Amino acid sequence: MSVGQAQVARTVAVYDDDPVRWFSLAAVLWGVVGMLVGVIIAAQLAWPELNFGLPWISFGRLRPLHTNAVIFAFGGCALMATSFHVVQRTCQTRLFAPALARFVFWGWQAVIVAAAVSLPLGFTQGKEYAELEWPIDILITLVWVAYAVVFFGTVGQRKVRHIYVANWFFGAFIIAVALLHVVNSAAIPAGYMKSYSAYAGVQDAMVQWWYGHNAVGFFLTAGFLGMMYYYIPKQAERPVYSYRLSIVHFWALIFTYMWAGPHHLHYTALPDWAQSIGMLFSLILLAPSWGGMINGVMTLSGAWHKLRDDPILKFLIVALSFYGMSTFEGPMMAIKTVNGLSHYTDWTIGHVHSGALGWVGFVSMGSLYYLIPRMFGQTKMYSVRAIEMHFWIATIGIVLYIAAMWISGVMQGLMWRAVNPDGTLVYSFVEGVKATFPFYVVRLLGGVLYLTGMLIMAWNVVKTVSSGRAVAAPIPAIAAHA
Amino acid sequence: MDVLYLLVPMSVVAMLGILAVFAWALHGGQFEEIDAIGAQILESSDAPSGAALDTDQPAPTRTREESAVVDINSRRSSP
Repeated sequence: MSVGQAQVARTVAVYDDDPVRWFSLAAVLWGVVGMLVGVIIAAQLAWPELNFGLPWISFGRLRPLHTNAVIFAFGGCALMATSFHVVQRTCQTRLFAPALARFVFWGWQAVIVAAAVSLPLGFTQGKEYAELEWPIDILITLVWVAYAVVFFGTVGQRKVRHIYVANWFFGAFIIAVALLHVVNSAAIPAGYMKSYSAYAGVQDAMVQWWYGHNAVGFFLTAGFLGMMYYYIPKQAERPVYSYRLSIVHFWALIFTYMWAGPHHLHYTALPDWAQSIGMLFSLILLAPSWGGMINGVMTLSGAWHKLRDDPILKFLIVALSFYGMSTFEGPMMAIKTVNGLSHYTDWTIGHVHSGALGWVGFVSMGSLYYLIPRMFGQTKMYSVRAIEMHFWIATIGIVLYIAAMWISGVMQGLMWRAVNPDGTLVYSFVEGVKATFPFYVVRLLGGVLYLTGMLIMAWNVVKTVSSGRAVAAPIPAIAAHA
Repeated sequence: MDVLYLLVPMSVVAMLGILAVFAWALHGGQFEEIDAIGAQILESSDAPSGAALDTDQPAPTRTREESAVVDINSRRSSP
């Protein structure tokens, strides 16, 4: 603790920002790692020789490493950093159980490292986005319970009566992910790194996609909406467009999301009525999603000029545009007839990445660009021009990526269903594979650009942090907000 | 599809739970006088020294530690 911090600590209560600092820096580090693995596997899809015949770096093992690293390491650390920051600032109190908050940080890093070691070694439960084996699953559960205790404990000891809407989104994300993780990862251990799912066949598939879809809904959507509702108003220096709408957004979203999972299992052994319910609720989801998007974007109403000069706002608002785009595309793809064309093709990959790169990535980057300088005693990042550069390079990368996957996906879907008058298939499967090659190269280029942007961010963060220092922030007088 | 006997009741229970929390929020006054709440998060600055953010003004010459203490003292003296 520096002399300055000691003085502050003696004179007035300060926020507990150490976990926020650590998680923000970890998010940037894991972002670089996760996106690098993504670029490697994109190259492997274009040129399979890059597997080099080595099992540890083969596509099948690196792909779950990529998804786990970007979702749970990059996204997870960004969510934990921002939720610990937002909950303290909006509740005007310190973190509840500071020691537990530190356990959340180190425990989560241990989960990430365990994933980075065990997945290339081939240990997997074989469940998408829930590949980690049972000992790691138990550690995740412990860390998550600690995270929930710290977060809700902090809300419980708040000094203001109203719970700000961002905290509702973070809270729903924490509770839902706990429930999803425990139910989906239920398994019978058969060795120290081997287990069998508690469910079988189509039952297992249904549980898996109940988990998978709600992980998208609560981890990749609700959590990041929590970021959106704090950092966009702060960066724009304007209150959210309609606070009432933000409340409607929250309740409508969490009431409808739970029921949409079956759209991942159209035309499978899942009963037709369950598929139709999944489709129906997916379509209903369009309303709260777009309500929230419009609410966020309209926060800038009357101050659009800020978008011209402020690259952080560009990140945050373009993130919302991608949120709107993928929450329109998603319900469309959940319609059974559209799904008949899109499912199992690269269209799905394009859809996921417009959400992941555009929405989740950009809203995290924008929030971290706001947060990191303030956590290290600076007023802004070391280089604002570098943020601008990051924004444009990453945007071009996303456009290349998703356009390539749209074209490739629709082409695959059409080639697979093309039938000759005599009922035979027009194209063999390998002809479809061959036709996708140029799009895989374009996708790789998009990924390289996105990674380049992330490297610029990492450089900018290192420069910002090394020229600043951690300074304790005082908790403002309560009277002003009572 | 035996698993639906787990998932559907669980989702219904989750919904009832959400309803209960909603009822608590409603009757606990969370949604009363909410018009000014959006602006409240803007009142406090996230800057450690309370300095103006994102301006191109040159940084004040005093050290951050000093400014933090000064800032805190001024806050304490205000009502």
